[in-house]
Amino acid sequence: MGSTSAEKSAEHHGPTGVGRRDLIKRSAALGLISVPTMSFLSACASGGGGDDQDKAEAGEKTAKNPLGVNNSAQMEFVLFDGGFGKEYAEDAVKIYQKNFPKATVKFSATQKIQSTLQPRFNQGTPPDLIDNSGAEQMDMGVLVGKNQLADLTPLLDAPSYDDPAKKVRDTLRPGIVEMGQFDGDKVWILYYAYTVYGVWYSRKALDSLDAEYPKTWDEMLAVCAKAKKKGMAGWTYAGKYPYYIPFSLYPMIAKVGGAEVLDAIDNLEPNAWKHPAVKACFEAYYELYRKGYVLKGTPGLDHIQSQTAWAKGDALFLPNGSWVENESAKVIPADFDLAVAAPTGLDSSDKLPFGTIWASGGEPFVVPAKAKNGTGGMEQLRIMLGEASSKNFTAKVKSLTAFNGGTDGIELTPGLKSGVEALDLAGDNVVNPRIQDWYVKLQKEQIGVGGLGEMMAGRLTPAEAVKKIQAYADEAAKDSSIKHYKHQ
Amino acid sequence: MQHGKYRFIVGFLALPLGVYALFVVWPFVQSIYYSFTDWTGLSPDFKMVGFDNYSRMLDDDIFWKSLWHSVLFALLVPLVTLGLALFLSFMINVGGRHRRGGPVITGVRGSAFYKIVYFFPQVLSIAIVALLFQFAYNPDSGAINSLLRGIGLDGVQPLWLGDPDLALWCVTGVLVWSTVGFFVVLFSAGMASIPADLYEAALLDGAGRAVTFFRVTLPLLWDTVQSGWVYMGILALGAESFAVVQIMTTGPGGPDYSTTVMVLYVYQKAFRDGQAAYATTIGVALLVVTLAFAALVMRLGRRERLEY
Repeated sequence: MGSTSAEKSAEHHGPTGVGRRDLIKRSAALGLISVPTMSFLSACASGGGGDDQDKAEAGEKTAKNPLGVNNSAQMEFVLFDGGFGKEYAEDAVKIYQKNFPKATVKFSATQKIQSTLQPRFNQGTPPDLIDNSGAEQMDMGVLVGKNQLADLTPLLDAPSYDDPAKKVRDTLRPGIVEMGQFDGDKVWILYYAYTVYGVWYSRKALDSLDAEYPKTWDEMLAVCAKAKKKGMAGWTYAGKYPYYIPFSLYPMIAKVGGAEVLDAIDNLEPNAWKHPAVKACFEAYYELYRKGYVLKGTPGLDHIQSQTAWAKGDALFLPNGSWVENESAKVIPADFDLAVAAPTGLDSSDKLPFGTIWASGGEPFVVPAKAKNGTGGMEQLRIMLGEASSKNFTAKVKSLTAFNGGTDGIELTPGLKSGVEALDLAGDNVVNPRIQDWYVKLQKEQIGVGGLGEMMAGRLTPAEAVKKIQAYADEAAKDSSIKHYKHQ
Repeated sequence: MQHGKYRFIVGFLALPLGVYALFVVWPFVQSIYYSFTDWTGLSPDFKMVGFDNYSRMLDDDIFWKSLWHSVLFALLVPLVTLGLALFLSFMINVGGRHRRGGPVITGVRGSAFYKIVYFFPQVLSIAIVALLFQFAYNPDSGAINSLLRGIGLDGVQPLWLGDPDLALWCVTGVLVWSTVGFFVVLFSAGMASIPADLYEAALLDGAGRAVTFFRVTLPLLWDTVQSGWVYMGILALGAESFAVVQIMTTGPGGPDYSTTVMVLYVYQKAFRDGQAAYATTIGVALLVVTLAFAALVMRLGRRERLEY
């Protein structure tokens, strides 16, 4: 378009015969003629459906091979190469290859899950096992809704890798199977890592204030007041991604009002956010802002910046997940004595005991419905859920796995150790809000940024935040372009 | 000879036009087609839904917000960038005081140095620029607030990207900063080709700097400015604004939707929410806005070409 002047001058100087403008017009016309009919369109970006004929034949089911893997078929495994690296998966692939020496395994690790795999889903030729994680995660709800994923029930009902008498599903941590379900009994996703969410702090810093971790909100405010006197803020959080606040806020709501309040929120029930427990917890958090206990400038910090400020000792408490130990390893001082605690409640009238915590799966593994060797993908998962592979993962990447146990005999880092203790303390009171995987946009952009972020920056009162978030939730409940889910 | 000439030209153009049709025109046509479907982007199954996506778009508050921000960018960013670039390049090339024994027309002292300094941001990729500014805007320990504290303004510690009233301006600032150098160099080259005798004549007639600029430099540079305007507007509507908003802002697109732009919304709908068809619908709207912008600039900027 910037060439019009050049065009004009070319005309002006007048080469005889074909003017440049004419030429462009004519070639554009040619281009239009060459556009084929619309029916060809669908063959391009979105290919035809794959057919089932080229699936690998089932192998014989034996005690060693309960899923009946075809021992000579190729198995393709695509891993998200993120904070956990790829070594743990490579180790598990080696076991698969040892067990099925005739099979080839095509293993690859990438951060670009979506860019690599979306076209293959569209062509109907996805790999056999995917770790669908990271910034380029493909929307699970859509994958399930469009029947792109295989039901993992055969894997869950198969004997576990270590003990044939126990089914795989009985070796998993609480909530893992439920998290893999969307609607109905089918299990579409297996979350391999196990994340503990809560309030992260330095035991050393808390000791230096001569304080215990607060169990009621009055105690919390007292600890923050003490910290403030020493020039330390009580709290900071990932201000630019305020959807980190729920990591401690949601379990607090459950503690105050019972887990059914969170279920109602997940189910997008009308007035779910108007429950008194929600309002009370919002007001408690707002009090932190109002009393100046939130680190100054927090709303402009991203997660790394806020974690760095917290590790430097500028702030005492940080809502986060267990990955923070690995993510901020470089800035956390050696004598920090990292710990996680369940969220502080309001007072003794809370419905659930202190210790109620949010813990759930991370690193979602899926087997595509159109995979050629889906059984192989499931077998690979069964190997990874064995004790040896699970221990290997925990030892290498400082995170728990979905396998219940697997921490004996290895040395745990301070954060991980305190996470295990927090889970012990919680017992059955582990909550698992599903809103963050069911309604990503609602949770992150609307509730997180639009509601909680604005409230914690002091631009909304708790009452206004509740009203705004309820309106977002009502809008999501009505939106026919998203799939809706309910707790079973 | 005429016939052979056509064959020559067609042969010459077939390949580039083919590439253009395949990689530019064809995706456009496809997008328009997909905007009438309910394609998720994650499965090969979809059906036609008519104008559903379009009526949904017209009811979508976030779409209107992103449209408004994009239009604001397309109008404001070129205006500020080009204005600043024109001023700077004028000072570098023409605006200097006459020095005894030197040429009649010259830039301010040290202009060669300034030219390099202004161009410097251009060698950094926009992603790096956005990251650097993200650190600078950090309210806790960033360069800007530290500077404010350093000069005793402890009370003035804005949240920058964390403040819905400021965030969009922070983004605008980065866009201007990162592109102005390119236009300084472009306009400098344009000014260098303006014959010095025109300036000398203006000087003899007693014209000052401002008059020289508006009566001599700007008219002779008009074509370059106009192309720059379109180029800059398309950058501000497209890739450049996406990168900056995606990397720097809260959410991204926040706080509270204060920085969301159309390209970001397309990206989020297609790659986060699994609603590729709706994303292409917004993409079509973006295409309309971009074409309208280019047409508008071309129409407004039409002038008699000056020969010299």
